[in-house]
Amino acid sequence: MSAAPARAGADRPPLFEVRDLRVVFPGPAGGLEAVSGVDLAVDRGEVLAVVGESGSGKSVTMLAAMGLTGPGVTVTGSVRLDGEEYLGRPEALRRLRGKRMAMIFQDPMTALNPVMTVGAQITEMIRIHDRQVSQRQAMKKAVDLLALVAVPFPERRAAQYPHEFSGGMRQRAMIAMAMANDPEVLIADEPTTALDVTIQAQIIELLDGLRRERGLALVLITHDLGIVAGLADRVAILYAGRVVERAPVREAYYRPAHPYTASLLKALPSLEGDRGRLVPIDGSPPGLASRPPGCSFHPRCPIAVPRCMVERPALIAVGDHAAACHLADLSARTPLPMPAAGGAR
Amino acid sequence: MLRTIVRRLIAVPLLLLGVVTIAFLLSNMTKGDPLVAIVGERQMTNPEVVAAAKARWGLDRPLPERYLVYVGNLLSGDLGTSFRTKRPVAQDLMVRLPATLELVIAAMIVGIVGGISLGVAAAHFRDKGMDHAARVLALLGSSVPVFWSGLLMLYVFSVLLGWLPGPGRLDPRMAAPPAVTGFYTVDALLAGDWPAFVDAARRLVLPAIVLGWAVLGIITRLVRASMLDVLGQDYILAARSKGATERRVLFNHALRNAMIPTLTIIGFSFAYLITGAVLTEAVFSWPGIGTYAVDAARALDYPAIIGVTIVGGAAFLLTNLVTDVAYALADPRVKLG
Repeated sequence: MSAAPARAGADRPPLFEVRDLRVVFPGPAGGLEAVSGVDLAVDRGEVLAVVGESGSGKSVTMLAAMGLTGPGVTVTGSVRLDGEEYLGRPEALRRLRGKRMAMIFQDPMTALNPVMTVGAQITEMIRIHDRQVSQRQAMKKAVDLLALVAVPFPERRAAQYPHEFSGGMRQRAMIAMAMANDPEVLIADEPTTALDVTIQAQIIELLDGLRRERGLALVLITHDLGIVAGLADRVAILYAGRVVERAPVREAYYRPAHPYTASLLKALPSLEGDRGRLVPIDGSPPGLASRPPGCSFHPRCPIAVPRCMVERPALIAVGDHAAACHLADLSARTPLPMPAAGGAR
Repeated sequence: MLRTIVRRLIAVPLLLLGVVTIAFLLSNMTKGDPLVAIVGERQMTNPEVVAAAKARWGLDRPLPERYLVYVGNLLSGDLGTSFRTKRPVAQDLMVRLPATLELVIAAMIVGIVGGISLGVAAAHFRDKGMDHAARVLALLGSSVPVFWSGLLMLYVFSVLLGWLPGPGRLDPRMAAPPAVTGFYTVDALLAGDWPAFVDAARRLVLPAIVLGWAVLGIITRLVRASMLDVLGQDYILAARSKGATERRVLFNHALRNAMIPTLTIIGFSFAYLITGAVLTEAVFSWPGIGTYAVDAARALDYPAIIGVTIVGGAAFLLTNLVTDVAYALADPRVKLG
């Protein structure tokens, strides 16, 4: 594993940093808070996985950081690229989007414009940010980009429409588009969820290659812990709009400090020997309007104590591992008292 | 695509023959006697005059024979002679059709340009003042009767304010420009008759707005609805994530997709107005196909009725073809054939 760059007290700020991000959607009683003070940071050549269930706020966090949440949504906190603040500067953020920060989406079937050729969509990305480039130069670059992401017959493919592409090829085209202006940060929102397993592996390999060759900072939004293990350096686990655990990947896998992380791992099948029955997490994540008091996870937590119902645990870091749980004891390095798998359930 | 177009063009005459047959049978099945229109009410009691008129117009022959004769003549481009105007129907239509087309094309420009602009604005400013204003305007367009809005506009802009001339295609003191296209505005320009062009264009304004307003209503509502649908799509979010400006997102990405369903309604409106602009034509004394059709129907003027039906049928068939071609061009996922 690559050494996680030191965060607190570093002389150089991380490349891309989100601090105390809050996102409030319009709704009754002052609005619905989808994201409640999330801190994330990623550096060049590093892969940060943002993990959570549907509705945990993982996608909204990144959309808000890119200024894509739309009108009526209130975003507060801080979004910095290379130490420069961008939150509250929509026009500056727009110039950043697609240039220094790019995004790829979950479903390549719907994320490409059906009435524009794939080539035209890539050239548009280039020409939005550099008007000096001629259409012809941009098209030549688009073909090169398609070749870079291993789309066969790139010249012919560039003239085709998205519906003439397979799912995997479309995601490659999306990645080619995202890479068009050689961005520093790439946000991938569940890039493999809509794809076949074999295609998933290819796309992950492609992203990993780009990260290594181009020093890309990659933010991988996913609910698939298998992909996290294969690709990410560090992981942030989100639950009900908050970071509940943040750690280097190995640390999170082998010594989860939050019962939610531990439960997620128990719900994951393993190829390495028998780890016992898979244990599902009871219940479902709380809705936006009905977040429980105290720790949001306590209604589903197998080891909750009375304190969890009234007092929200703070995110406490020891070294590069942080967790928000009253029962976590990072400094003592004692494992969580989780119930055994295949037990009383 | 070319093959499909040719095949569909070949089918047009066959379909029209079906239309002619139905129109022929229907008009002959109606109760009432066209002879009243031919000889006049007073002469109807005079058996000699009636018999002579019957023989003159072929109404004494059995229906199948009349049908065959009519279709035979049709093949040589003869649409028969109007009972009412006593002129060849084809000749009448050649005068009336360009008048209607000129009006309808002007109205469609008003409806399309206005409807798309309002629809895009309404979707962009959803639930804000602009949206409400556009929706009210659209609702009025599709619900206010043309005879009322037409009279009101004539009263306000022509009588009260005097900004625009009254009804009619051209000032009665002016001579119509030599007919080339039959469009007074175009013909006046071709003839270099500037005053006639200005007058014809000014007289086109009010009826085009009145007629176009109804089209504008439909297009505004459809464009607004499809824009709202499209703006919620992932590829719009993706376009924004590329750093596209709002204008680019709206026009290059959203509108291009929202136009696809709109094409259908534009084509339909155009075809409908060719024969459906009656009320506007009546209010503005516009000598078009619509008023001609109504007059023909009143007088049971079979040849004229069938003639108008052919024009209307052809308008629908050709516009449908054009619409389908436009659809295939606009949406790469659609294959014509």
